[in-house]
Amino acid sequence: MTTPAPTSGRTFFLRRQDMIGIAILAVLLMVVLPLTLDNFRLQFVGKYLTYAFVALGLALCWGYAGILSLGQGVFFGLGGYCMAMFLKLEASSVENTKIQTTPGIPDFMDWNQITALPWFWEPFRSFGFTTLAVVAVPALFALIIGFALFKRRVGGVYFAIITQALAAIMTILIIGQQGYTGGINGITDLRTLHGWDIRTDSAKTILYFVCVGLLIACILLAYYVKSSKLGRLLVAMRDKEDRVRFSGYDVSSFKIFVFCLAASLSAIGGAMFTLQVGFMSPSFVGIVPSIEMVIYTAVGGRLSILGAVYGTLVVNWAKTSFSESFPELWLFGLGGLFIAVVLIFPNGLAGLWQTYVAPRLGPLFGGQARRAAPPPASEPVAPAVAE
Amino acid sequence: MFSDYSLAELSSIFMMQGFAGLILFSVFVLMALGLAIIFGQMGVINMAHGEFMILGAYVTYFTSQFFLNYLPSLFGIYFFIAMILAFLASGALGMATEWLMIRHLYKRPLDTLLATWGLSLILQQVYRSVFGPREVGVELPSWMMGSLPVTDVVEVQINGLFVMGLTIAITVAVALLMYKSSWGKQVRAVVQNRVMAGAVGINTEKVDRYTFGLGCGIAGVAGSAFTMIGSTGPTSGQLYIVDTFLVVVFGGAQSLLGTIASAFTISQAQSTLEFFLSGSMAKVLTLIGVVVILMLRPQGLFVIKVRR
Repeated sequence: MTTPAPTSGRTFFLRRQDMIGIAILAVLLMVVLPLTLDNFRLQFVGKYLTYAFVALGLALCWGYAGILSLGQGVFFGLGGYCMAMFLKLEASSVENTKIQTTPGIPDFMDWNQITALPWFWEPFRSFGFTTLAVVAVPALFALIIGFALFKRRVGGVYFAIITQALAAIMTILIIGQQGYTGGINGITDLRTLHGWDIRTDSAKTILYFVCVGLLIACILLAYYVKSSKLGRLLVAMRDKEDRVRFSGYDVSSFKIFVFCLAASLSAIGGAMFTLQVGFMSPSFVGIVPSIEMVIYTAVGGRLSILGAVYGTLVVNWAKTSFSESFPELWLFGLGGLFIAVVLIFPNGLAGLWQTYVAPRLGPLFGGQARRAAPPPASEPVAPAVAE
Repeated sequence: MFSDYSLAELSSIFMMQGFAGLILFSVFVLMALGLAIIFGQMGVINMAHGEFMILGAYVTYFTSQFFLNYLPSLFGIYFFIAMILAFLASGALGMATEWLMIRHLYKRPLDTLLATWGLSLILQQVYRSVFGPREVGVELPSWMMGSLPVTDVVEVQINGLFVMGLTIAITVAVALLMYKSSWGKQVRAVVQNRVMAGAVGINTEKVDRYTFGLGCGIAGVAGSAFTMIGSTGPTSGQLYIVDTFLVVVFGGAQSLLGTIASAFTISQAQSTLEFFLSGSMAKVLTLIGVVVILMLRPQGLFVIKVRR
């Protein structure tokens, strides 16, 4: 880190400062936080990090491609529910549920007078299918929505409102179909993963590290997409859609791709959430959580991939500490944050970093004053290495 | 699902549910009118619209309390005064919002969505801290209680009829204001071509502020009418905001007629389905129907050509 920085060196698809940024984040999450926080707090951080997956997807989808989806909670929920269904089936083995009228089905189904496992629960007995479904089901759903909307050139505000309606539909559906989904309580009382008890402290610590590992992998994926030709097309599309279309590109396909990618990322977060927290409920699916997920990205800086992670951590940390000590103030704080992030610092934490901190850090590490980096969106693009 | 009922029963069911749907329709239209003006005409996504409505509802509640305690002899007419106060209160708050927040964001519609969502959170917490978390209900004057029998099995509530009448009156007033007054002409000119409107001497900033104020004021009146048929809590506004946006988008954002037609379709579909299915499934089916139609016809039911 102390060696003089070559100006615009790129290794594979990462710029030098990106690699340093990812390394710092990895050290922070893997070493610093586990050493300094007690188990209880670390589990909180683990929970926040599952939201960071959603924020990451939104940074790509909203920040780079300009598609604001207010329905990311739907995908987070789909991923989470897929995982929860698998865990629930494992927890409701015939021995565990012999006091029920129909042993071997989840308890809430028994309470709702359902006597056989519904067909769409059946495949979730297999862990392989579940892992596939966590990524594929939301992506497929996003594909259908994206195909229907983007091919007809619905975008911007209308897209936001329709995705918001989808979040509403999903919540009402889950709450209404109590016998199949667990209703408003969600799917609770999840115990083991392949016989491994996920409720113990040691299991939670292991899951935390798995979560961090997956997050870093997803961050790398996001950087890869960003630096590819596709990523630059997304930015071009956001700024002048017609010009990209007239250059011969099929704009809607790119939009569908990035929307599906964001959906899958959110779903991975949802599945990790279920594993770490031990339940999934419709309160993480609806309109309010979905729009809160947007604010994580906005606070972090909508154009910054790492910013999305920090934004998630900062907002959630503030939420937890505020709601512990002044529960009434939190909504004022969150509301104020929405307004401030739009009116006062639209580029979020990343923008503040680039304007105030980075120009001073440059001379410290590089030995020579570097020009203040402009926001990533507007920087001149170097020839892509990874395509 | 129809086979269990005789024809006579079915017709009564459709009438009763049709009437229930008309009350829902009135609430939708009142909320959507304000939103159609703000979103359709100005392109601002006001997620705090529900909270402006709830402000009107609280104003109505306090007016009713005031009349109950100090002017019991005039209690029968308190509602009309409350409605005017609700309009003024919500309108004033709306204009303040426009001046402080919205006018900086006209070029970024998606950001108005986030900012007004923040505003709605703040307003909800203000209501909760100031008015308390419990839901409050107004006391209806005696002439508004009871119901009128139409046939042996079908009855209609007077407060429902009153809300419907009010909806029609307000809709007509808004239509006249938008399409017959010179101010309405200015608003439409600004919508169709902001730069040209400014060039011919229309003060576009002032038009924006008053348009936003008018939209919020109508939301306040909607809240006032809402107290007649339901109770008011700090988060009641949020229950309707998504439905209302769908109504406006479904109708075609710039068209008042479209807004009314879509409010009618959605409310009738929902209320008729509600009788045959559970309430949640009725809502899900209606919303899915709307979303699917929007996918097939993204511009909504009625379209006006606008030069961007």
